[in-house]
Amino acid sequence: MSSASPLLQARHLGRRVPGAQQWLLKDINLQIAAGERLAIIGPTGSGKSVLLRALSMLDPIDAGEILWRGNAITNADVPNFRRQAIYLRQRPAIFEGTVETNLRIAYSLRIRGNLEFQKTRVIDLLKQAGRDENFLDKSAAELSGGEAQITALIRALQCDPTLLMLDEPTASLDPASATAVEQMVVDWQQADDSRAVIWVSHDPAQVLRIATREFALDNATGKE
Amino acid sequence: MKATYVELSNYEVAFAAALIIINGLISLSLRLGLERMLFLGALRTIVQLVLVGFVLKWVFAVQQWYIVVAVMLVMTAIAAIAAVRRTGLVYPGVYLDSMLSICASCWIVSAFALLTVMRQVTPWYDPQYAIPLLGMILGNTLNGIALGLNQLGEELSSRRDRVETLLSLGATRWEAGREPVRQAIRTGMIPIINSMMVVGIVSLPGMMTGQLIAGVDPGQAVKYQIVIMFLIASGTAMGTVGVVLLGFRRLFNSRHQFCYSKLQRR
Repeated sequence: MSSASPLLQARHLGRRVPGAQQWLLKDINLQIAAGERLAIIGPTGSGKSVLLRALSMLDPIDAGEILWRGNAITNADVPNFRRQAIYLRQRPAIFEGTVETNLRIAYSLRIRGNLEFQKTRVIDLLKQAGRDENFLDKSAAELSGGEAQITALIRALQCDPTLLMLDEPTASLDPASATAVEQMVVDWQQADDSRAVIWVSHDPAQVLRIATREFALDNATGKE
Repeated sequence: MKATYVELSNYEVAFAAALIIINGLISLSLRLGLERMLFLGALRTIVQLVLVGFVLKWVFAVQQWYIVVAVMLVMTAIAAIAAVRRTGLVYPGVYLDSMLSICASCWIVSAFALLTVMRQVTPWYDPQYAIPLLGMILGNTLNGIALGLNQLGEELSSRRDRVETLLSLGATRWEAGREPVRQAIRTGMIPIINSMMVVGIVSLPGMMTGQLIAGVDPGQAVKYQIVIMFLIASGTAMGTVGVVLLGFRRLFNSRHQFCYSKLQRR
């Protein structure tokens, strides 16, 4: 476990089935520090995705708290937290238009203020994914599953997050695209020691390739 | 101007009822299986309208403001419930949202009409004007509210991935929900805009038809209809915007989270 002060910390985190008493997650204690790549592992239905959604504050929690750099996150701070800690879905959400439209969407949000879409930076990221500038003009409707996930990943990486939270991003991809996504994420994290990654995976071989540490979830409770 | 019209007796109404038998024969010969529904619908038309006739006769005779207001409240509540019944996706609190928005929009518009456009009506609660006026505004606003609510639910559920992706990228709840909200409001308002486009060309509106049959001068009937169309349009706009925004606030919490699990398909 890293001795550095944690970026994100969950204390006694709990989440119930909406409208019911049953716990989806119970008493989860977890933290991640800068420089780490944490894999959340566990059998299907153990609550991995639920945990990642709770950590990214997409869902309300019913017990415990989540701290960012040691502080609780106020309601007004949630968008700012999500600017620094970006969550990626298993199946990427693609908006109408071209790949470039999809990338520019991040800059249409008030939280990025006057920041503008940086084409040169995006072209660098595309190169890492084995694509060239023409990929930007590709219609979003024609993207394969792998291309859509690469688009979603670049959409997040161009925003310079500190923490990237990925929910089985390669689960429905062909092996070549999966390797490209894995490599991009690991390279991105290794390029700057202040960055960190949480990666939900059910594939032990993948966990060995990408993670520096594991967190195992079993039946709503977890341990390191 | 004295309005004149031909009075209908019960026998004459019975002749019209015979027309429903044609529908029944069509259903039987094509095996549509609609006979029971048709019969029930025809029966309900008779029973409901006769009852309303008795109530209106009494309300018109009594001429007390609190009776008129009570009748109007009941009409509003029924409209609010009917609007929700027509939506496919509901959430906890949807009936209250529907009631609040239909009440605010229709009552503001009716009050505006009675106190300004029709200020010669005295007293302001004269049921001859207040009740049909509110009824027409409610009937159309209900449509807008039902369509708007339904579309909000459908948009949010079909665009859930995109809504959550925007939130993940740091969007506020408003930035994430803006597009579904816009679409829902548009959907709620399109029918009234369409009917303003074709009114008088494709069909004569019910109220104007009624006034013409009752012998009102066509020029007057037209003026009434224009006023009513504008009242209906503004009631629909206010009601639709109101209910969609209230729904948005229930489905997105102050932590900028989309509470998808609150949406229930009925």
